[in-house]
Amino acid sequence: MEHVNIFIKAVFIENMIFAYFLGMCSYLAISKTVKNAVGLGIAVIFVLGVSVPVCYMLENYVLKAGAMTWISADFANIDLGFLSFIMFIAIIAAIVQLVEMIVEKFAPALYGALGIFLPLIAVNCSILGGALFMQDREYATLGEATTFGLGSGVGWFLAIVAIAAIREKIRYSNVPAPLRGLGITFIITGLMGIAFMMFMGVAL
Amino acid sequence: MSTETIKAPVKVKEPKERLFSPKNKKLLKDPLNDSNPITVQVLGICSALAVTVQLKPSIVMALSVVVVCAFSNLVISSIRNIIPNRIRIIVQLVVVASLVILVDQVLKAFVYDVSKQLSVFVGLIITNCIIMGRLEAFAMANKPWPSFLDGIGNGLGYGIILVIVSAVREVFGSGKLMGFQIVPDAFYKMGYFNNGLAILPPMALIIVGIIIWIQRSKNPELIEADK
Repeated sequence: MEHVNIFIKAVFIENMIFAYFLGMCSYLAISKTVKNAVGLGIAVIFVLGVSVPVCYMLENYVLKAGAMTWISADFANIDLGFLSFIMFIAIIAAIVQLVEMIVEKFAPALYGALGIFLPLIAVNCSILGGALFMQDREYATLGEATTFGLGSGVGWFLAIVAIAAIREKIRYSNVPAPLRGLGITFIITGLMGIAFMMFMGVAL
Repeated sequence: MSTETIKAPVKVKEPKERLFSPKNKKLLKDPLNDSNPITVQVLGICSALAVTVQLKPSIVMALSVVVVCAFSNLVISSIRNIIPNRIRIIVQLVVVASLVILVDQVLKAFVYDVSKQLSVFVGLIITNCIIMGRLEAFAMANKPWPSFLDGIGNGLGYGIILVIVSAVREVFGSGKLMGFQIVPDAFYKMGYFNNGLAILPPMALIIVGIIIWIQRSKNPELIEADK
């Protein structure tokens, strides 16, 4: 039950885009067509689902104050917390490389579809954001962290597919010239964010 | 604690060109309007908007980005000729991450409450696309001093949007600016209410949308072509 709760919370209530604006850059840049949006969304779910648990293990077995006692009791006083940014970003960059290689080897069709989006994910703020939120909220088990990672990915996927669908339709509308493109996308995202706020306070 | 060695700012002698020649001034000024990182280049929206509920944290955030952007541009530009092209992304990430760790430690030491308020968003400066974007687009191809100015310019261009958005949100959302009340009590007695929507995240997006609208109606050449 705890897992369902975390998942629902990550997808709807604390949606990466609508509540924290994470990953907005690729969200704005790659939401012109639904097809590309779906590809990028799936890649993000994948990378978040893998990198958040790995960062969780890194945090709890290496970086946290006294986390390295499993090696030897002498390490109880070591706190490497200040290294977490650089470690997390290195892990994420490495995982994105790894995922790219695995997908290329085992699912060439998917690799072709994702194309340049895969390497772009390394600098997508939602991935590092997911890792840092996991650190901030101190999830109790590895399973919960994984659920959180997957949930955040699914929330991001929903958001980008929805905005891509809206942008495909809005092409036929008569938007005031200065608002065309970027401006109207911001305002639509804001309105969608307001709609997503209705989930606030929902708990399972 | 953080013992990262930051490269001492390299003093660049450019005998042929004055330090603030028109070209260099342009580097500093352009990002404020014509090539603003947020409203025109669409970079770095990610970690920006969530910190704009109040003016104070967003000023701190803007300053942090200016510092990181300027110094990462400087460092990368000074070592640009010895970075192997294939691993440049990871080199850039390491430089940026070290600078962000420094900024984070400084914030924790001197303005702890603001640093708590910013929470993960200081860390997210690492993946802020402005910084990576400017490193790739400018610092890798230019001398250190222009790159440094470009970094400051883009950081300020980002900061100015952040400050405008947060000022609007704080005034309408809680009637204050920098924590001081500026909407007089008489207004509240006459039935004025703070706009609760302004504090909620979606309002930041709508305000940025409106800023883009205003900016583009003033500079029509920025209007996107009809698809």
